[in-house]
Amino acid sequence: MEPVLVAKSLSKKYGTVVALESADLELYPGEVLGVIGDNGAGKSTLIKVLCGAVIPDSGDILLDGKKVSFTSPIEARTLGIETVYQNLALSPALSITDNMFLGREIRQKGFLGKFMRFLDQKAMAEEARKRLSDLGLLTIQNINQLVETLSGGQRQGVAVARATSFGTKVVIMDEPTAALGVKESRRVLELIGEVRARGIPIILISHNMPHVFEVADRIHIHRLGTRLCVIDPKKYEMSDAVAFMTGAKAAPLSN
Amino acid sequence: MNNISDDINKDLKDQPKFTEDIGSKNQEHHTFEQGEQSILKKIQHFLHGNPTIVPVIILILSVIAFGFIAGGRFFSAFNLSLIVQQVTIVGILAAAQTLIILTAGIDLSVAAMMVLASVFMGKLSVEMGMPTLPAIAIGFISGIATGAFNGLLVTRLRLPPFIVTLGTWNIFFALVIFFTGSQSIRSSDIEVNAPLLHFWGERINLGGFVFTYGAFLMIAIFIFLWFLLNKTAWGRHVYAIGDDKEAAELSGIRTDRMLVSIYAVAGLVVAIGAWVSIGRVGSVSPTSFYEGNLDSITAVVIGGTSLFGGRGTIIGSLFGALIVGVFSSGLSIAGLDVLWQRFALGCLIIIAVGIDQWIRKVSN
Repeated sequence: MEPVLVAKSLSKKYGTVVALESADLELYPGEVLGVIGDNGAGKSTLIKVLCGAVIPDSGDILLDGKKVSFTSPIEARTLGIETVYQNLALSPALSITDNMFLGREIRQKGFLGKFMRFLDQKAMAEEARKRLSDLGLLTIQNINQLVETLSGGQRQGVAVARATSFGTKVVIMDEPTAALGVKESRRVLELIGEVRARGIPIILISHNMPHVFEVADRIHIHRLGTRLCVIDPKKYEMSDAVAFMTGAKAAPLSN
Repeated sequence: MNNISDDINKDLKDQPKFTEDIGSKNQEHHTFEQGEQSILKKIQHFLHGNPTIVPVIILILSVIAFGFIAGGRFFSAFNLSLIVQQVTIVGILAAAQTLIILTAGIDLSVAAMMVLASVFMGKLSVEMGMPTLPAIAIGFISGIATGAFNGLLVTRLRLPPFIVTLGTWNIFFALVIFFTGSQSIRSSDIEVNAPLLHFWGERINLGGFVFTYGAFLMIAIFIFLWFLLNKTAWGRHVYAIGDDKEAAELSGIRTDRMLVSIYAVAGLVVAIGAWVSIGRVGSVSPTSFYEGNLDSITAVVIGGTSLFGGRGTIIGSLFGALIVGVFSSGLSIAGLDVLWQRFALGCLIIIAVGIDQWIRKVSN
């Protein structure tokens, strides 16, 4: 099976600090790839490069086997790489529908839409409702409710629904459970399962080892600016992962 | 080596495992936790969802109050329509100001922009013999250009809008003095050479209520901007930028370009106000509307739009302008000194911002 997203020997230096040193990553169709690493290992730089927020000094990114390059998160997004940021990047004073379609609004057909540039609010609300219920989130009674009235988990749900709605090839999720309580975290982990079930592969960055081990199909361990190894969470214990991450144990040979 | 990892292993095993029943919980729906709420909380939530209610209530209460204080004269058709006439210019400026304040900005230069545009219209048509319509068009272009200039300074130099427009207020004012040599263009000269400039000052009598065409234009501007803000992507983006600029950027909105366009649209609205102002005042005076900048901000704030951006309605600003008009009219009919009108206005601003702050706490 061909990987959807490949990063090949990415390097990035900040002055004399090496954040990435010929780092690789592969993401296969339909999988959840956990990315873990100690603080300062370079995993957040790796993710920022993949989502377009940081431009690497060298190295290639391949999407569906084709070389791509982007200079902003917006460009990465138009290519199908969506990111759910840790702060979610939602507009709290706008409604759920407005947020889901922000920057990609549907206009009305005919004169009103073409010349008056009127929005098709009905179509957008319907679509938003459909997306949310596809992800099992339709408990939010009113789709035109303001996002600031939602709980942390519900907001995450809106952000995920937005990220998976527009011909998305890859979803990157940055610490999705970091700010949430136990119950809400559960819901988000289920959500990750829902997204995978719909065939969209996910890169999940998290410090929460139990969460990563629960949902990831493979775990990419980052250390000293590069990929140390990729492990199967079913074959290793969390303690092994931590030991690899910190260098307490030698990494297994990658297959 | 092994000891360390065994220890870690033990630690992690003590952590709760989260591997059970992923699928089965999908059916369980998130309930919306509302719980017990005090009446005050309910009011707070209601106002949060309907920010225009506050100015509407204040407007109705102040009309009733002044009806009692000032008696029948206040309620006369003549007086009520006079209030509408008097707030026309500040209302149009407030409409433009609302767009800027919704983006979490502020524009101290709107009145200077307006006078500059009216100077172009008057100078070109009355003194330089240009046909009136092209002269008006140049006035509109002046409004768009000065607005876009503000927007470019805000986005390119990354300066706070307060500082940018404090600067351009002085610059535009200096330009007005430069172009006019401090001379007014007289009403009689305008009447002879370019009567079209007085068009919006024409009056129409509807059963005792006397309205200028300009008052209708003001209403039309508010309705148009309401559609723009609520029915188009452009309008939604105005709110998104004011609410959280970074989030808007990450959602794919080109925030800098948007901001320039917002300032330019505000400039166009101001230029329409310039035309209306010539009809209202009669002449073009370089020193008129000196307080228009702050008056427009007052109307917007009283109208319930938050100075922190992203929250508020355009119609609220119309009510805000009307409230100011009702207060000054009512207090003067009641025989109170102008100083007390200022005093009341000052209290109103502080109360309005206080209410806004209180309502905003809902989101936390």
